Amino acid sequence: MTFEQIIFYFFSTILISGALGVVLVRNPVYAALFLILSFFTSSAIWLMLEAEFLGITLVLVYVGAVMVLFLFVIMMLDINMDPLREGFVKMMPLAALVAIIIAAEIVLVMASPSFNFDQSVVHAADYSNTKAIGNILYTEYVYPFEIAAVILVVAIIAAIALTLRRRKGVKHQNPSKQIRTKRNDRVRLVKMPSSSTQNRAGE
Amino acid sequence: MTETIMSDISRALPEIFLLVAAFSVLLLDLFLSKSMKIVTFLLAQLSLLTTAWLVYNRMGVESIATSATVNNVESVQYALAFSNMYIKDALSDLLKIAMLLIGSAGFIYTRQYLRDRNMFSGEYYALVLFAILGMMIMVSANSMLLIYLGLELLSLSMYALVALQRNNGRASEAAMKYFVLGAIASGMLLYGMSIIYGLSGHLDLTGIAEYVKSSGMTKAGSFDLGLLLGLSFILVGLGFKLGVAPFHMWIPDVYDGAPTAVTQLIGTIPKLAAFGMVFRLLVEGLGDMQTSWQQILILLAVLSLAIGNIIAIAQTNLKRMLAYSTIAHMGFVAMGILAGSNMGYSATLFYTIVYALTALGGFAVIMMLSRKGYEADQLSDLKGLSQRHPWMAFMMMIILFSMAGVPPTVGFYAKMMVIQSVVDANLAWLAVYAVILSVVGAYYYLRAIKIMYFDKADTETTQAETGHKIGLDSHILLSANGLSLLALGIMPGALMATCVAVINVTMK
Amino acid sequence: MIESLISFWASLPIALTTVIVILLKIVAIILPLILAVAYTTYAERKVIGYMQIRMGPNRVGPKGWLQPIADVVKLMFKEVIIPEKSSRFVFLFAPIMVLAPALVAWSVIPFADGMVLADVNAGLLFVLAITSLDVFGVILAGWASNSKYAMLSAMRVGAQVVSYEIAMGFALVGVLMASNSLNLSDIVNAQAGGIDNWFIWPLFGLFLVYFISGVAETNRAPFDVAEGESEIVAGFHVEYAGMAFALFFLAEYASMILISALTSLMFLGGWLSPFEGTFLVNIPAIGALFDSGIHWFLIKIMIFLFFYLWFRATFPRYRYDQIMRLGWKILIPVTIVWLFGEMVAIGLGWTPWA
Repeated sequence: MTFEQIIFYFFSTILISGALGVVLVRNPVYAALFLILSFFTSSAIWLMLEAEFLGITLVLVYVGAVMVLFLFVIMMLDINMDPLREGFVKMMPLAALVAIIIAAEIVLVMASPSFNFDQSVVHAADYSNTKAIGNILYTEYVYPFEIAAVILVVAIIAAIALTLRRRKGVKHQNPSKQIRTKRNDRVRLVKMPSSSTQNRAGE
Repeated sequence: MTETIMSDISRALPEIFLLVAAFSVLLLDLFLSKSMKIVTFLLAQLSLLTTAWLVYNRMGVESIATSATVNNVESVQYALAFSNMYIKDALSDLLKIAMLLIGSAGFIYTRQYLRDRNMFSGEYYALVLFAILGMMIMVSANSMLLIYLGLELLSLSMYALVALQRNNGRASEAAMKYFVLGAIASGMLLYGMSIIYGLSGHLDLTGIAEYVKSSGMTKAGSFDLGLLLGLSFILVGLGFKLGVAPFHMWIPDVYDGAPTAVTQLIGTIPKLAAFGMVFRLLVEGLGDMQTSWQQILILLAVLSLAIGNIIAIAQTNLKRMLAYSTIAHMGFVAMGILAGSNMGYSATLFYTIVYALTALGGFAVIMMLSRKGYEADQLSDLKGLSQRHPWMAFMMMIILFSMAGVPPTVGFYAKMMVIQSVVDANLAWLAVYAVILSVVGAYYYLRAIKIMYFDKADTETTQAETGHKIGLDSHILLSANGLSLLALGIMPGALMATCVAVINVTMK
Repeated sequence: MIESLISFWASLPIALTTVIVILLKIVAIILPLILAVAYTTYAERKVIGYMQIRMGPNRVGPKGWLQPIADVVKLMFKEVIIPEKSSRFVFLFAPIMVLAPALVAWSVIPFADGMVLADVNAGLLFVLAITSLDVFGVILAGWASNSKYAMLSAMRVGAQVVSYEIAMGFALVGVLMASNSLNLSDIVNAQAGGIDNWFIWPLFGLFLVYFISGVAETNRAPFDVAEGESEIVAGFHVEYAGMAFALFFLAEYASMILISALTSLMFLGGWLSPFEGTFLVNIPAIGALFDSGIHWFLIKIMIFLFFYLWFRATFPRYRYDQIMRLGWKILIPVTIVWLFGEMVAIGLGWTPWA
C-alpha cells in the first residue's frame, strides 16, 4: 500500500463514518456536525484527485455558508426527533430495497465502457485545476454556465418577491438623511429678554 | 475564436435579447411609481414582440450562411451554436414564435386582473419573461444539460409566480405542492439523464442518438437494461412536466390554487415547451428506442384520457374542470408522439399549438368575469352568461366546443389528425378508445355551455357585476382568439402544412 | 557528535523525515504566532491606554512587559466550568473549532520569497475557505452554552460573518484578476518592482472593502456586536472560563494577525520593500534593511494591527442593522462596481500593475 493509498483509506473511513453519523445520531445538531465532517473529508479526497478548486469550493460554499444557515435553522427550531423515527423499523425493508436498486444502478452505469478507470491521468507539477476549469467553463460551457447564473438570479428575485413585505407603522432611520442634517435643522436660537421680572412671574 | 463567438451570439440573439429585456424590465420597475406601472407592462410586451420579430426575422437565414458549424447539406437546415449545445432549426423557430405571441396575448388578458389583485408589478413581468426565456432555451437545446437548465429556469419562475400572492393561503398551498412535486420530477429527469450520460458518455443529443444506434436497441427484441432504466426515469420526469396520468396529481391543485393569470400561463405556453422537450429527448435523442418508449406512452395516454375525462365530470370548479381537461388533452399529445411517424409529430405539434390557443381563451374568460376580490372560478358563475355578455358567451362556446372537439372548430380537426396518425401506426384500438373517451369528455363541456345559455343568472351576480368594466383590449383579443379557433377549424390547411413542413425539415 | 546526528538523520525513512520537517516548520510558525498574540493583547491595552491618556498595564515586569505572561498563567490555573445543561462535547469542542482554522490558514502564508509551509497553487481560495470555518466554533459555542446571551450572540455572528464573507470574496476576486494567480507568492511577486506596483493603488476600493470586511470577520470593534458587553454580557463566550476562554482569545488575535498579514500580502506587496529598486538598497552595510525581506512583512502586519487597535479606541459600536446595511448595501456594490471597472480595464489592455 502506497502512502497515497493510506491517506485515501484514512479519509474514506472518516467520510463513511461521518455519513453514517449523519443518519444515526439522535441530536440534529450533531447530525449537522457530522455532515460538516463528511463535506470536509470529501473535499480532502477531491484535493487528492488534483481537483483543488472543487475541493476548496466545497468547503467554501457548503461548509462555510450553507451549513451555517443549516445550523441556524436547526438551532432555532426545537425539533423533536422521536416522531420522525417512529416508522423506522416498518420502513426499513422498503428503504433497503431502494438502496439496493440504486446501488445496482450505479454498478450498471459504472460498468459501462465509457467509464475507464484504468487510465489515471497524471498532470505536470504546474497543472492548475482552477485554470483548467476556468478555461472550459468560459469557452465550451459558457452557454449553460450563463443560464445557470440566470437561474440563480431568478431564485434571488423569487425569494425577495415572496418574502419582502413592508410593514406599516415601523419606524425607519434614513442614515443619509441623518448625516445630511445641518445645525439649523436641529437647533433654534431664540432670543429671550433676560429680565428679572420674568423670572419672578415664572415662580 | 471571436468569429465563432460572434456567430454564436447572432444565432442565440433572441434569447440574449429577451434576457437583457427581462433585466431592464426589472430594473426600470424599481424607479416607477405605482401609477406608472403601465410602462413596465408596455416594456414587457415590447420585449416579447421584439423577440418574436427577431426569431421570425432570422428564420432560414442560416441555410444561406456557410460556416463550419452550419450543416447545409441538401434539406437539412439547422444551425448549432455554443459548442453544439444550442440548436436553431425550424421546430425551435416555430415553437418560439408561438410561445412569444401567446405570452404577449396573455399579458393583455391579465392586465386588469393583476391590477385588481395588487400583482401588477415588475416582479410578475420579469418572472414571466424569465419563464418564457427558460422555455425558449428548452426548445432549442441540443444537449441534455440545456434541456434541464431551461426546465429549471421555467419551473423556478413558475413556483414563484404561483406563490406571488403571499396572503392567499390556497395559492401558497398550490405553490408548495407544485414545488415539491416539480422538484421530484426534476430529480427523476436528472437521474434518467445521468444514467444515459453515464452509459453513452455524451450530453449532446446527436451523440446520444449515435450511441443508441450502435447499442443495437433498434433491433426488435434487443434489451439493454441500463438504457431502459434511463429512459424510464426520463419518461417519469417528462410525464410530471407534461401532466399526464399517473403523474397528474399536481395539475388540479395548482390550476385551482394559483391566481388565474398564472394558471393561464401554466396552462398554455409550457405545453408547447413540453412538446419541444419531449421531441428533443425522445425523438432526436432516443429516437431509436421508439419501440420501448411507445409502450410506456400508450399506458400514459390511456390513463390520462380516462382520468382526465371522467374525473372532470365531477368538478364544480371551472378551473379544476379545465385542469382535468388539460390532463385529457395531454393524453392526446402523448398519443400523437407515440405514433412515431412524421405525421404523428406534425399532428401533435398542431394539436399543442391549437390547445394552447384554446386554453388561453378559456382562462381569459374566467379572468374577465372575475372582479376585484372575487374569482369567477365556479361553474355556477357562468350562469346566464348569454344574457349578461352574449358575445363573450358565444366566444366561450366556441372555446368549449374546440376543447371538446366539435366541428367545425379546430379542436375537431386536431383530434382527428392525431387519431389518424395513431391508426396509421396500427393502433386502431387506441384510436377507438380515444374517440369513446372524447365523447365522454364532451359531456362536461356541453354542460358548461348549457349553464351559460339555459340557466338564469343569480340576481346577486348581476348586481355585483354592475360597475365592473372589462377592458376593450381583452374583448378584442378574445374575439380574435375565439374566431381564430373557428377560422382554423374551417381552414386548417395553412397551419397544418406549416407543422408538417417544420417536422419534415427537422426530421431530416 | 554532529556527524553522527547527520548520519542518523539520513538513515531514517524519507516519509518519516518529511513528517518531522513539516512538524518542525509548523512549530516554527505557531510558537512565534502565539507569542505575537500575547504581545498584541499587551499592545492593545497600552495603545488604547495612551489614546485615553492613561498608562495601561505597568505593574508586572518593567513597564508591564510581563503582563501577558501573567495573564496566561492566571488563565491556565482557572477552572473550566461547564454549565450543567450544556452539551458537554460541543461545549469543549467549540473553542478548538475556533482556533484551528485561525492557525491552519497560516500554512499557506509566505513570509518571504519561498518561505512558506505549503506552496499550494490555490492558496487564496484555501485561505478564504478556511477562514470561513471560523464561524462554526462561535455558533457552536453559543449553542452549546445553553444560555440566551450566548445564543443571541451566535445568531449575530453567523449572519454577520456570512454577509461579510461575500464582500471579502469579491475583493479577493479583484486581486486574483490583477495578479492572474491564486498562489499567494505569485500574488506578491506580481507586485514586485517598486511601491507604485502594489495593488493598493489600482485596487484601492477593494483594499478598503477587504480590510473593513476583515475587521467584521474577526468580530472586532466597531463590528463586535457578537460580544456586545452592554447588551449581551460577553456573547458567545459568556459561559467560558479558564483555558477554554483563552482559546477564544487566542483565536481572535490570531485571526486579527492573519487578516493583517493577508491584507499586506495582497495589497501592500507582502515582504517587498517600498524602496525596492532605489539607490538605498545598494548602500553597503544597511542596504539589506532597505531590500525586500521578512522584516517588511512584519512591519506591514504591525501597521494593520495598529489600525485594529486604533479602530477599537475611536469608533463606537455599530448597531446590528447598520452592520448589515454597510455589508450588503455599500461594501458589496462597491466591490461589484470596482470589479466591473477592473474588467473593462483588463479588456482594454490598460493594466497599470503589469
